[in-house]
Amino acid sequence: MMSTYYAGLLADVGILLLGALSVYIILATGQLSLGNAGFMGIGAYLSSYLTVTVGIPLTLALVIAAVTAGAIGVIVGFPALRLNGIYLAMATLGFGEMVRSFFLNLSPMGGSEGFHGMQHISNGYIWSWASAILLLVMILEHSQVWLEMRAVRDDETAAGLVGLNTTIIKVGAFGFAAAVAAVSGGLFAHHHLYIEPGNFSFERSIDFVLAVILGGSTVSPGALIGALLLVMLPEYLRFLAEWRFAAFGALLIAMLLLRRQGILDRSLFRAFALRRPA
Amino acid sequence: MTAGQQPLLALSAVTKVFGGVHALDNVSLNVLPKQIAGIIGPNGAGKTTTFNIITGAYRPSRGTVMLGGTDIGSEPSHRIARAGISRTFQNIRLFADLTVLEHLLVAQPHGEFALRRLLPTRWANPQALRRAQETLEFFELEDVRERIAGSLPYGVQRRVEMARAITARPKLLLLDEPVAGMNHDEAEHIRRLMLKLRDGGVSILLIEHDMSFVMNLCDYLYVLDFGVMIAQGPPDQIRTNPVVLDAYLGYAA
Repeated sequence: MMSTYYAGLLADVGILLLGALSVYIILATGQLSLGNAGFMGIGAYLSSYLTVTVGIPLTLALVIAAVTAGAIGVIVGFPALRLNGIYLAMATLGFGEMVRSFFLNLSPMGGSEGFHGMQHISNGYIWSWASAILLLVMILEHSQVWLEMRAVRDDETAAGLVGLNTTIIKVGAFGFAAAVAAVSGGLFAHHHLYIEPGNFSFERSIDFVLAVILGGSTVSPGALIGALLLVMLPEYLRFLAEWRFAAFGALLIAMLLLRRQGILDRSLFRAFALRRPA
Repeated sequence: MTAGQQPLLALSAVTKVFGGVHALDNVSLNVLPKQIAGIIGPNGAGKTTTFNIITGAYRPSRGTVMLGGTDIGSEPSHRIARAGISRTFQNIRLFADLTVLEHLLVAQPHGEFALRRLLPTRWANPQALRRAQETLEFFELEDVRERIAGSLPYGVQRRVEMARAITARPKLLLLDEPVAGMNHDEAEHIRRLMLKLRDGGVSILLIEHDMSFVMNLCDYLYVLDFGVMIAQGPPDQIRTNPVVLDAYLGYAA
């Protein structure tokens, strides 16, 4: 019984890791998205439709869902990324809520009743996706494109003046992030076996952002640490009964006061990295 | 100026109006290949506005901006940069979080959709690293290559900014007050670098208040005052031009 319980938590960590990575990728270009639960919802609903109603294998369904959500991300990204900072945050929040109410009214997929009939997946399957995508992001972080994303974050004007197409870079990152969030959603649907629009609300988007901020927003493994903390900490605080979420909130504030950059950061990685001869 | 030589950059009758104020009024200037040209003038004369028009931050209200025969007056910044114009800023603008080496990698020209841009630079694109290393050596920045650029002393940051501009392999380099706040030795270092760049085939257009620096370096000078070009010519002529002395240096002519 206990082990099933912890297995469930482990699956939640993997799913949250992917959601957090989707925020992390957009944050690397200096933009904050509060609507990634919307892309997660698209991935959850589309992949469930494909496996249950159409009857295609899950892996293929996840790939289709990721590509579709990525395309939607690019389409949404072009107008949205004319905005910056808090305005973009508000626009993405609006997008997330729009997606949620779309599924609420989509009666073929159950509307407010939700949708079920998916086949259960193993933790191994979830973590294969989660670790493959984490690895992919870690490799991408050493690429020219990622360097360009960081340059856009630091100074968009200067980036344009050294010849970088800042629009393409930001929109591309947004689309990639949408695809990752969709995989997270597909795994969520096939782990919980039941989805409803409420699963993909604003609170879910906030969880993604929190995981990134807790774990460290400048290195991708930060998303892993953040996802672990966000799922496990409330469990370890269980002895506090009703007070555990208050304690969790207090811990979060303390964390931000003491180590604003998150648990992992670039200089920490540099300190542990093997010195390469120049 | 040699007649008949095709200018690299040509501004013709450029006017820029901001809400009724003429920041630039009917300004024309040329930069020839392998020339170091300077723009001087009092504060608010329109020097930086000229740079912003050339690099696409502003569109000219009237007039044309030609780079090697192509009109770039309505192109976005990144296209102008790729067409061959790089710049530095009066207040240094580096990427706060990137190392010196990363500044030189990010600015390298590349094909838009090359797959290797998605792979780790270290093994997918060793020639980019080699080129960056050459630029580091040229600007004498090898010692600080792994340092975060924003944490370096002011004079070094200026060299990093110039190095980043050169990395994009421009035909024309725009320098906005390249030696402002520098001591004599640092300024002399920058002057030698600029001469080497010019000899390597890069044209330079610079804004500078340090008169002895400008007079010793530039082949040709333009003088702006309240958005109007009041004089132009080789430094020797500008030095003794009564209109310039009156407007810029504040002497009675």
